[in-house]
Amino acid sequence: MDLLLSAIDILMRWDVALALLAGSVGGVLIGAIPGVGPAVAIAILLPATFSMDPIVGLTVLLGIYGSSMYGGAIPAILINTPGTAVNALTTYDGYPMTARGEPRRALSLAYSASFFGGVFSVICLILFAPVLAKVAPMFGSREIFLAALLGLLLVVVAHRGQALIAGALACLGIFLNSVGMEPVKYTQRYTFGQDFLGSGVNLIVVVLGLFALSQAFVLLMDEDEKVHLNKLRGGMFQGLRELARHPRVTAVSASFGVLMGMIPGVGEFTAQFMSYTYAQKTSKRPQDFGHGSSEGLIAAETANNAVPAAAMVPLLALGIPGEALTAMMLSVFYVHNVVPGPALFQNDMDFVVALYLALLVLNVLVLVFLLFATRSLVQVVKIPNRFLGVCILTLSFVGVYSLRNSATDCLIAAGFGIFGFILKRLSLPAVPIILGMVLGGIMEVKLRAGMARVKEPLDFINRPISFILFIIIILVLASHLLRVWRDRKELKEAEWQTKTASTSFGQLMSRRKNSFLKDRGKEVRARHSKLLRRLRGLF
Amino acid sequence: MTTERERRFVGPRRGQLIFALVFLTLSVLLLALIGEQTAWVKKTQLFAQPRFWPAISLGGMVLLGGLHVYALPWRRTSRYDLWEARLWGRSLEFAFWFMGYVLLVPLVGYLPVTLVFVPLLARRMGYRGGWMLGISLGFAVAVVVVFKAVLGVRIPGALLYDYLPAGLRSFFILYL
Repeated sequence: MDLLLSAIDILMRWDVALALLAGSVGGVLIGAIPGVGPAVAIAILLPATFSMDPIVGLTVLLGIYGSSMYGGAIPAILINTPGTAVNALTTYDGYPMTARGEPRRALSLAYSASFFGGVFSVICLILFAPVLAKVAPMFGSREIFLAALLGLLLVVVAHRGQALIAGALACLGIFLNSVGMEPVKYTQRYTFGQDFLGSGVNLIVVVLGLFALSQAFVLLMDEDEKVHLNKLRGGMFQGLRELARHPRVTAVSASFGVLMGMIPGVGEFTAQFMSYTYAQKTSKRPQDFGHGSSEGLIAAETANNAVPAAAMVPLLALGIPGEALTAMMLSVFYVHNVVPGPALFQNDMDFVVALYLALLVLNVLVLVFLLFATRSLVQVVKIPNRFLGVCILTLSFVGVYSLRNSATDCLIAAGFGIFGFILKRLSLPAVPIILGMVLGGIMEVKLRAGMARVKEPLDFINRPISFILFIIIILVLASHLLRVWRDRKELKEAEWQTKTASTSFGQLMSRRKNSFLKDRGKEVRARHSKLLRRLRGLF
Repeated sequence: MTTERERRFVGPRRGQLIFALVFLTLSVLLLALIGEQTAWVKKTQLFAQPRFWPAISLGGMVLLGGLHVYALPWRRTSRYDLWEARLWGRSLEFAFWFMGYVLLVPLVGYLPVTLVFVPLLARRMGYRGGWMLGISLGFAVAVVVVFKAVLGVRIPGALLYDYLPAGLRSFFILYL
């Protein structure tokens, strides 16, 4: 109880209240504009939060992170375009509901499901916090190294069909982190004698380039789309009543969101996929999924909104971000000399609970805002793409230049912007680079510290948690290799089924004829007939 | 005809081979420079060597990048790859716009440059009406006021502000 009161005391400030309001409303707006997304907004705002108190800065960023998915559901439902990437599944059932004249029902259902997911995860985590506080101190250098390695591995293998290049890009992130003056032996690494590389490649510069500038380039080179909006009819509160009719799907989806959110590198997509599959399999009307099923919409929206609060667990308890957005938030902690990790849970538990309470209040604020302001809010989807690109380019300047007032930083960011643009054009992931940079730094420090106390390599995993983490890493690797082997087998089978060369006798003969007519074929035939004549001559 | 391997490839075909080859070549070049660009310290454990993490990361880039090239279903570039590479080059124009903006702010000032930059780029993108010009100007003012005057982000005053009268100069340096 004392803990809760001291957490409330931290939040009882006018600047925190303002941050909550700005974060929630700003997040919904950003989420509702297709093509912006929380990553761009957080990247731009990050340097501006450095001058704020940690709780204020983090509340703004958490607000954007937590509420953008609420906003992202609006264009997903109304114009079949997800506002944020994680709202893609919402279009499956949300847009068909709009098409049959029920946009308000779909929106209110999405808001209600998102609200339940958000509140459920925060309550779970507040209740779970004392357990975490006991478990977190068991994580020493070796355990944190292995957890970071596991996080990186999960991010890589999560990119099905692109694991090789995702792994290579994660390695690029680790390499970028190693550039500059090395902090223990004070030697230069890949600075090429340039002073500006001596202090290394700044994470925020890379983040702004890869997320904000690249998105600006994509929008600036894109065409404007004509958006047609349907009129909103019906009550906005019916979703709350309808949600109460599907308690099982709601609870299971929220639980999936909490569980998947806590695992680094897994996140919203897996949670949504599992919830949606579960809802479809257990539904009395599975044929409705993808055609405007309320259960499908509930599963997708509940699961993705349960993730943000849960994603803060590995960040706060171990200092390990699970995805790009929490990786950006980590830099806010570092700027204020607040080191997330086991010590934070032991010494500043009230700060952790205050963050969770802020998320709880945020969900209420967002729901109230959306229930009353949706009609006006839907107009933001009409902002033309290329003008958005102009806006993002202008705002990116604030993000990069305000860091160190360095034109070189801006040049590096522009370079990463073009690199990010290429990655987006090729549908290749940029997130492994960011996680490689963040987790690479953690792994370097923790491996050095961990190995200093180890005599033999096997001693590295002689503690229960490190051993469990090691086994999980082996299992993840083994299951990935098994999946690759199965995919390869399937490919071979499919190739065999579509191959006509060995099964069509006519084609075989035709190829043989073509071969005979070519010069090389004639040579071979002449040699064979010569041999045949010699053979005949023998008899 | 599209093969099964090509059909199962995640992402578009255009540009993949060029990107993969350039990525691999740069990785190999950086790995080749490891002896020159990193140090090996005597009487230090392998894991604490300054060269250890660059070697791991560049080794990973070469190995995984090489395997990615090997696994690609294409061995030759097509005209679509070249068109795609040209499109990547076209994005340089906006990088130059951005760098122009960056270089002009310390000379002319955050507000004046933003007031010119946003409407000019909007015009370049095809928004030539009075309505969009007004929105661009409004957006430019809002950005400067919110970030510099309200949030107080660190953007230094311009050289041009030195020529302003004393009272106005400090106001401009602090807020605009």
